[in-house]
Amino acid sequence: MRLSMPSDPMRPAPTRVLTRRREVADTWTLELEPGGTAERPFAPGQFNMLYVFGVGEIPISLSGDPASPHRQVHTVRAVGPVSRALAALGPDAAVGVRGPFGQGWPVEAAAGADVVLIAGGLGLAPLRPALYYILSRRARYGRVVLLYGARSPGDILFRRELERWRRRTDLEVRVTVDHAGSDWLGRVGVATNLVPLASFDPGDTVAFVCGPEVMMRFAVAALREAGVDTAAIYLSMERNMKCAIGHCGHCQFGPTFVCKDGPVLSFERIRGLLSRKEI
Amino acid sequence: MKGIEQIVQEHPFFQGLDEAFCDLVCTCARNVRFDSGEYLFQEGGVADTLYLIRHGHVALEIAVPGRPAVRFQTLGDDELVGISWLVPPYRWAYDARAIELTRAIAMDAGCLRGKCESDHDLGYEVIKRLMPILIGRLQATRMQILDVYGAPE
Ligand SMILES: Cc1cc2nc3c(=O)[nH]c(=O)nc-3n(C[C@H](O)[C@H](O)[C@H](O)COP(=O)(O)OP(=O)(O)OC[C@H]3O[C@@H](n4cnc5c(N)ncnc54)[C@H](O)[C@@H]3O)c2cc1C
Ligand code: FES
Repeated sequence: MRLSMPSDPMRPAPTRVLTRRREVADTWTLELEPGGTAERPFAPGQFNMLYVFGVGEIPISLSGDPASPHRQVHTVRAVGPVSRALAALGPDAAVGVRGPFGQGWPVEAAAGADVVLIAGGLGLAPLRPALYYILSRRARYGRVVLLYGARSPGDILFRRELERWRRRTDLEVRVTVDHAGSDWLGRVGVATNLVPLASFDPGDTVAFVCGPEVMMRFAVAALREAGVDTAAIYLSMERNMKCAIGHCGHCQFGPTFVCKDGPVLSFERIRGLLSRKEI
Repeated sequence: MKGIEQIVQEHPFFQGLDEAFCDLVCTCARNVRFDSGEYLFQEGGVADTLYLIRHGHVALEIAVPGRPAVRFQTLGDDELVGISWLVPPYRWAYDARAIELTRAIAMDAGCLRGKCESDHDLGYEVIKRLMPILIGRLQATRMQILDVYGAPE
């Protein structure tokens, strides 16, 4: 799904933070004004370039509801200078925004099929808009499954929302953590262990996978073992970016520009590149 | 009520097993149940049983000095608990505790090892069923060690 790009894609539109909420220890969700326009429509899986004045600019996925484009929701993990500065911005703070950019999850093409979403860690953020999209058109899809792996119970993102989703009868939600204390009564083990437990028709399933690259490789292996066709597996790739519009070559991944052709790419397209140490 | 033969045959671990082999392994099997909180076994104890979970949820934990126990895996319906019975010195390397009512088939490990020893075709069949589980757990452990969701250095 592709939406039109803003008029000058290299110029950040000044905007401001509306709200800031802590999700887990190092991760915050920021709601921004759309910046320069009344709304900034986006497709699930797309990203914005967010510019912290005087610090720098980084790609951050949209993690909110695509049905509410008047609010740009981003979930940011503070890992380095820019993300730390971004995550620290409070209400009314100024931010520059360019975007939305890239190709998102093929939510339209998946209609009619079962959909399995596999998220690891922060990977749930770029997948959340796809789930909002699917749930708002629930009757158009077959079985819908969300499999989510986090590091520990304290690292589970969007916990309240996960609990709400878990109560739905038209959505199968399974959560696991890599390790836990003895007060955790949920599953412990890697996210890919959840694949054989989920109910879906492997011959008629589209899978969306987002998380650290190692986890995605294992998830693809588990999906293939379950009988899912590799042509029906999509991954969201992360590469360093500068222009975000396919000009600078910074994000090149073999012949693919992650900013323009991705970040969501079919496994078929990148299978030869995924396991290479350096591109 | 189902007999133990039927229960063993229906468990995915033994599904499709030749009937003669099934008769052999069934002599090592019995039905067990654990209430929530009850231990299946504890670290250091004699590893004398293989548990095939029918229904329930079992947590595997390792005690860490000075810290609460770390839960590193949970196992549920149709899964297998306990592999230390397979190789000497046959001692459990961690605790296994039911975290909800759990019903399982308990296979006497000495009995099963004996049957496998005296009938290598059966032994090969059992090992063939165990290996994918062991390899899957090894791979999962590698992923956990990599700490893929951890904070960057
Ligand atoms: C398309 C796309 C979408 C993205 N969406 C999001 C998002 O929704 N939320 C978000 O928080 N980040 C997201 N990122 C990642 C984010 O852009 C990077 O983390 C960014 O490099 C952070 O910049 P920095 O200056 O803060 O840290 P840097 O100086 O770039 O990095 C600091 C340290 O963190 C490590 N690092 C960088 N990124 C990651 C990562 N993702 N996971 C673990 N370690 C990392 C680096 O190797 C380095 O050691 C996305 C990236 C791409 C390409
Ligand atoms: S970031 Fe410049 S080409 Fe992709």
